[in-house]
Parts: sequence; structure tokens; C-alpha cells
Amino acid sequence: MNKILLSFGIATTVFFTGCGGSKPPETAKEESAAPAAAPTAADDANAATVTGKVSFSGEKPTPRTLDMSANPICARAHAGAPPKSEEVVVNGDGTLKNVFVWVKSGVPDRQWPVPGTPVELAQKGCMYGPHVIGVMAKQNIKIVNGDMTNHNIHPLPKINQEWNESQPPKGEDKLKSFAREEVMITVKCNVHPWMRSYIGVVNHPFFAVTGDDGTFSIKGLPPGKYTLEAWHEKYGPKDVDVTVAPKESKSVDFDFKG
Amino acid sequence: MTNVWLHRYAVLWSFCTLFLVVAGGLVTSNDAGLSVPDWPLSYGKLMPPMEGNIFYEHGHRMVATTVGLLTIGMAIWLMRAERRRWLRNLGWTALAAVVTQGVLGGMTVIFLLPKPVSIGHACLAQLFFSTTVAVALFTSKSWSRGPRVVDDAGAPPLHWLALATCVCVFLQLALGASVRHQALGILPHVVGAMIATGMVLWLSVRVLMRQTGHDALRRSALALLFITFLQVFLGIAAYMSRLATAEAPQPMPVMVGFTVAHVAVGALTLASSVVLAIQVFRNVRHPLAEIEPEGFAVPSA
Repeated sequence: MNKILLSFGIATTVFFTGCGGSKPPETAKEESAAPAAAPTAADDANAATVTGKVSFSGEKPTPRTLDMSANPICARAHAGAPPKSEEVVVNGDGTLKNVFVWVKSGVPDRQWPVPGTPVELAQKGCMYGPHVIGVMAKQNIKIVNGDMTNHNIHPLPKINQEWNESQPPKGEDKLKSFAREEVMITVKCNVHPWMRSYIGVVNHPFFAVTGDDGTFSIKGLPPGKYTLEAWHEKYGPKDVDVTVAPKESKSVDFDFKG
Repeated sequence: MTNVWLHRYAVLWSFCTLFLVVAGGLVTSNDAGLSVPDWPLSYGKLMPPMEGNIFYEHGHRMVATTVGLLTIGMAIWLMRAERRRWLRNLGWTALAAVVTQGVLGGMTVIFLLPKPVSIGHACLAQLFFSTTVAVALFTSKSWSRGPRVVDDAGAPPLHWLALATCVCVFLQLALGASVRHQALGILPHVVGAMIATGMVLWLSVRVLMRQTGHDALRRSALALLFITFLQVFLGIAAYMSRLATAEAPQPMPVMVGFTVAHVAVGALTLASSVVLAIQVFRNVRHPLAEIEPEGFAVPSA
């Protein structure tokens, strides 16, 4: 029987050497590389604009009802109407909401000024709002808990630093930022598994998120050839090439099929 | 002479550990692993509000604490009341395992679910449960009656077959944990299921055909066979329910139920293969024991 005990001990040691000894995956550091030249704004005199619309074709999916019964505070916040998943929101005019549109390539390699105003990500009624946001790398995100319940905010980046922090009811706002460009970062709350939000982090200011009318507008773009990407959490990315002349306004439309 | 209360305590310990495995499965299936972002306290308290997924994560910690205390009690009881030194050592080994398990659980929280640690935590849980079942067997009345030694001349030796089955079942559980924690796809787990089920069938059928008159061996083989078939069914059900609810915005109860049952019956499969292996080693004469190695033969006068 001593042999059995000895075998158990050896097996356990070997197992942990193999399974538990490795370090967690290395994550990107918060600090950026050596700073480049001073931030420069776009040349306003020649700036072009790209506007457009993201439409949805095919059968409109029925939004799924979220079951918030695990937390009465969350359930009470939606006493009037049952909460619906925001995974696919098709507007009344057949356009698609919550699509992140950004200039994926072609933007001049320079240091674009980072806005000093943070972008707000609220937790209200145990839902993230807005469902999709865009920020520049190193721009602050103000995370607000407007609920009378605990939330935790857990972004799942692949390039940036992952973190997981709790925020008590009506707790102090959190200011967070991501150091590197990453499209998209999923954010979840492990306390409330239905809560999902997506953050597009971009090195420049040329991005937008579609709203209730499914349109987007990207202003201040230097003349040139670009690839625009429209990203949707369920239907994935779609790319379109576009060339803009000085002061030109161009229209680019996207279509996602259900 | 058996200590009835020590055995009952060991059985209670085993049941609590199985419940702990279920509680751990609920944490993973509900994606609640990081709903409490700190450790060892929860939201800086001993008792946070049990809302949302905090119920699963903190509940798991509470059951784990109970099992930890029960393990300390078992180690001390064995040290004071048990004459078999190897069994006393097994009690301390169990205590070391449960402490390691607690530290691994804490590491999963602090380091945001690193896959090797999460998989290690899941695998050690299975080994620990088998240890509690073994202690319950060693302290039982039937064990105290002593072995009824029988011969088994088949090839390969039953002892090797029993050990190989335990190893295959454990590796299969490790593959399952790797699927759960998204380190591997489903294919290796499916192949592993075929191999492990094949080994269980080979061992159990051989025991049932050759040792059907031996109560301890027959019962252990039947238990292993039944639990394995149940486990295969639950595995298929868990996979199908996962596919069916893949589009749902949150974990669906049907998927959680089948998956957690699959995890718990997985623990029972390993434990029953360990019990059968122990019974084989105890009751079946090893064929090599009859062979006197040539170099050590006593020269005839």
C-alpha cells in the first residue's frame, strides 16, 4: 500500500509540473513604445468626410429575452418590459445598430491627438450602455455603475492588458484605457452573464458606431486611399476600399445579411 | 476491527466532495469563475451578497471550506484512531491535496483563469474525490473482513489492465477539463472517450466473465460499467445541448444541467475505476508472484 501512496505522490508532482507550472499568457504592457513626434491634428482645410449607412437584409431575427431572475434588482429594473438581447438590433428603417465602422488601413502614420474627454460606459438596469463604443488608444473610458447591485467589469483583450474589477452599487466611477489598437475587445460582467459590451480601440480618430438610424460619419480624413471596415458582433467584419480627394464627401454603404 | 463512525465520516466526506465537484462545475458552466474578483475574501468580506453569479462562485468557496475542514478532521481522526500507517499517510496526503486545490482555486481568480491552472484545479478535484472514496473503502466493514484471494491467469495481467483503465479514465477527464477551459477542441475528448470506454469494457467484462463468483470484484465491475455508460450518455447530451443553445445570450439551464452532471459522473467514473483496481490488487493473485526469478532461486542441495 506504501507503493500506492508513493505512486500518488509522484503522479501529483508530475501532474503539477506539467499542468500548473506555466505562467499566464503574457499580456501587452500598458505603456506604449517611445513617443513619436508631437500629436498633430488632421489638415482641416483639405479634410474629407466619409458618411454612409449600414443596412440589414434577410429575415429580421427576433431579439432574445434576457432572464435576469438571478438578481431581483436587475429584474425589477425591467419590470415594465422584459429586457432583450442587443446582439442584433435592426432599426425600424431596416438599418443595423451597434456596428463599429473604422478606417482599417491607409491612415497616415502619425500621432493623432487623444481626446481628453472620456467615453462613458454605463451599467444601468444590468445592461451595458452603449452596447458598442469606440475609443482611441490611451483615451479614457469612464465606467459608471448606476445600479444598486455589484457589477464586475472584465474586458477580454488579446493584445492589451486583461483586468477584472468589481464596482459596488453606485460606486465611484472608474477611468480605464487601453494602450494599443485592438478591434474589438469584448467586455463582460461575470456576475451577470448576459451583460456584454464591445470596445473598438483605434490609433486614430476615424471611427464611428451606428445608432438608431444605422448611419455613420467619419470626418477630418486626410485625402487618400483607405480601407473601411464595418464590424458587427454577430455578422463579423466587412471591408470596403474608398478613395477620397481633398474636401470631398463620399458615401459608403454596408449591407449585412441575416 | 472497524470504527463504524470513522467509516460513516469518510462516506460523508466523499458525498461532500462530490457536491463540491458539482459546485465547481456550476461555476465553470455559468461562467462565474471571476464574478468574485478577489481571493481569499469575497468582495473584501467573508459573506458577500449572494446575487447573480456570486452565488455560484462564493457558494463553491463555502463548500470547499467545509470539505477542507472535513479533511483536516479526517487526517486527525486517522492519526489518532487508525493503526494502519499507510492509511494515516493517505489522510495527510488528502490534506495536502485539498490545500493545494485551494491555492490553485485562488490562483485561477488572481491570475484571471490561466488555462493550465484551471485545468489543474479540475483534475486535482477528480483525484481528490477518488482519494476520499478509497478512504471510505479502506475504513469499511467489508474491507476489514480481509481479502478472498483468487487466481486470474489471463493476459494481460488483470492488475495491469486495472491500472491502465484508471490512467485512461484520468487522462480522459483531463481532456474533458481542457475542453471546458477552451484549451482543446472536442475531438481529442471524443477519441479519449472511445479509448477509455473500450478499456472499461475490456476490464469489466473480463472480471465479470472470470470472477463472477467474487462479490467484491463483481460489484465493483458492475458499478464501473453502469457509471461509464451513464457518463457516455451524459457526454453526448452535454455536447448536443451546448450546440442547441450556442446562440443563447447566456448559459441555458439545460446545457448547465447536462454538463455539470457529466463532470460529476466523470468523478464517479474515475473513483469506481480506482475502487475496482484496489479490489483487483487486493483479491487477485499477481501471476508474477508465482514465478521465482532465476537469479534468486535457492539452489537445491
